[in-house]
Amino acid sequence: MSDASRTTAVSRAPAEGKAGRLETGWRAALLTCVAAALLVLPPAAEALDEAFLIGLFTRIFIFALAAVSLDLILGFGGMVSFGHSAYFGAGAYVVGILSFHAAGGEAPAWPFSLPWMESAVAAWPLAVAAAALLALLVGAVSLRTSGMYFIMITLAFAQMLYYFFVSLEVYGGDDGLSIAGKNNLPGLDLENEASFYYLCLLILVVFLLIGRRLVHSRFGMVLQGCKENEQRMLALGFPVYRYKLAAFVMAGAVAGLAGALMANYMGFVSPGLMHWTVSGEIMVMVILGGMGTLAGPVIGAFVLLLLEEILSAYMEHWMIVLGPVMVLVVLFARRGIWGWFQRGDPDG
Amino acid sequence: MSILLVLEQVLNGLQFGVMLFLMAAGLTLVFGIMGMINLAHGSLYMVGAYICATVYQLTGSFWLALAATLCASALVGIAVERIALRTLYSRDHLDQVLATFGLILFFNELTKIIWGPRALFLDVPAALSGSVQIIPGVDYPLYRLAIIAVGGLVAFSLYWLIVRTRMGMMIRASASNREIIGALGVNVPLLYTLVFGLGAMLAGLAGAMAGPVWSVEVGMGENILILTFVVIVIGGIGSVRGALLGSCLVGFIDTMGRAFLPASLGLFLDPATANGVGASLASMSIYIFMAAILVWKPSGLLPVHARP
Repeated sequence: MSDASRTTAVSRAPAEGKAGRLETGWRAALLTCVAAALLVLPPAAEALDEAFLIGLFTRIFIFALAAVSLDLILGFGGMVSFGHSAYFGAGAYVVGILSFHAAGGEAPAWPFSLPWMESAVAAWPLAVAAAALLALLVGAVSLRTSGMYFIMITLAFAQMLYYFFVSLEVYGGDDGLSIAGKNNLPGLDLENEASFYYLCLLILVVFLLIGRRLVHSRFGMVLQGCKENEQRMLALGFPVYRYKLAAFVMAGAVAGLAGALMANYMGFVSPGLMHWTVSGEIMVMVILGGMGTLAGPVIGAFVLLLLEEILSAYMEHWMIVLGPVMVLVVLFARRGIWGWFQRGDPDG
Repeated sequence: MSILLVLEQVLNGLQFGVMLFLMAAGLTLVFGIMGMINLAHGSLYMVGAYICATVYQLTGSFWLALAATLCASALVGIAVERIALRTLYSRDHLDQVLATFGLILFFNELTKIIWGPRALFLDVPAALSGSVQIIPGVDYPLYRLAIIAVGGLVAFSLYWLIVRTRMGMMIRASASNREIIGALGVNVPLLYTLVFGLGAMLAGLAGAMAGPVWSVEVGMGENILILTFVVIVIGGIGSVRGALLGSCLVGFIDTMGRAFLPASLGLFLDPATANGVGASLASMSIYIFMAAILVWKPSGLLPVHARP
């Protein structure tokens, strides 16, 4: 772990004085601008005949949610999980499978034949629960190890789930499942692109607020302590394994929610959602934006997805640019975009 | 299910295990000695397969293609190590994962640009085509037997290299303490480059031999890479013996699962369900096996002890 990354928000706090107040004001202004821009985006996009922007930003919010959930364990907990797409995909598949049965495909058995299956009120919590359960199982085994083993094992388990769904012919196998329509949410028409956009934005903001509370809570402090020095936390008497597992399950659950939203957004689920490159992409978002911060992953998701959108419009082989860019970011910009912002502050 | 069929599947498992071992040996050395997690190892496998396919199609000689592949993949490996990976040794695993992930995207796209998105298919070289009767009543493709032989040869040479030679002594010493061996006058950066080149060459060899068995396509490296991770986790990071044991186990379990699980489940379930469940279970079997090993021995079956 390099020294730069140790200087997280926590250890920077004492340096705040006059400069701290300046920084807060600057940050509040920026935040207000961004919030206003995002709030007026759907009507503005429709007025300008660029309605695809609504969809693009909805996708960005969903990936941002997944990236923030990964950052909770990666940036704050120091657990390099390379299988985050598994929980993302599991959440999506729960929505997909429920709606598949609701649409009357394949004689639905008892638990699948109830009328609530197309309601978001039931399907989304189920997606979260399934992803959390999966994360509990994977985490319980993987957290027995650390370092390189942990990376490879989380990756291997995600790939196992990928192959499981590829060979699960009942639910479409390799081709995936089409979803007839979005889930029903009482009082909100999710088929309306703008409503779905606002819902995703709201969920992201709510999770960011919860995340902020969590990171500064006792639980969050213990988690960050485990990242800095696990032996010391053990010596202090903290049940490190249990704390880490709890964080792992939480991150998985939120990724499951992001997956459920993704299934609704795409109207389609396939094993591709669990492919390990998706894990890699989510991880890149976290690093690109700045890990160990809550704003970082959101910025990372914005930048990466917008970059993809723009590059792919101009060149077919845009990945050949993205790959080396990633290497350069890792080599020379460890603190990510949010890190630059913070360094550029007038802090005396 | 006859005993002959079982024997054939055992050989298939062994052949698959050998392919995994060629990948795992290089990867585990890089893990163990440099402390480096290299996702781009699968790309070297892919590059090897493509180079072999191209030279084979141009010259018509598989042997020339094989020689070209070995040289080219070692060179590509050395170039990658010198340009990109060298600076990553001192970084944490997260940086290594991300940078090598970026390299994979680069290599995949480059391959797509040079060779196009369509898969290539290779013929088995004439000298190794056909099959031999290993015991009366069982014919087995000669090419697959040759793969097993090559794997055995490589395993033995690696053992000899690491345990019996001066270079092997330096490799082992640098794995346990790179500062001391540097202070003793060994050129450690050069040693690392050579070890990386050796690993790349083995990955290229695996890719070249895989061509006639499976198709040569973009992304072929990633599938085998993740299986290789499973092998290394089971065997213990940094241990070549562990890699050999792990690859044979994974090769056997995967092959046996795919061949016999659907049929065995058919004894209890109706055929359609048995096929579906069997196929799913078979594709998960090695991962479940890995989880079981980890619960039992968190640092693998044959871990390397001397690692500070």
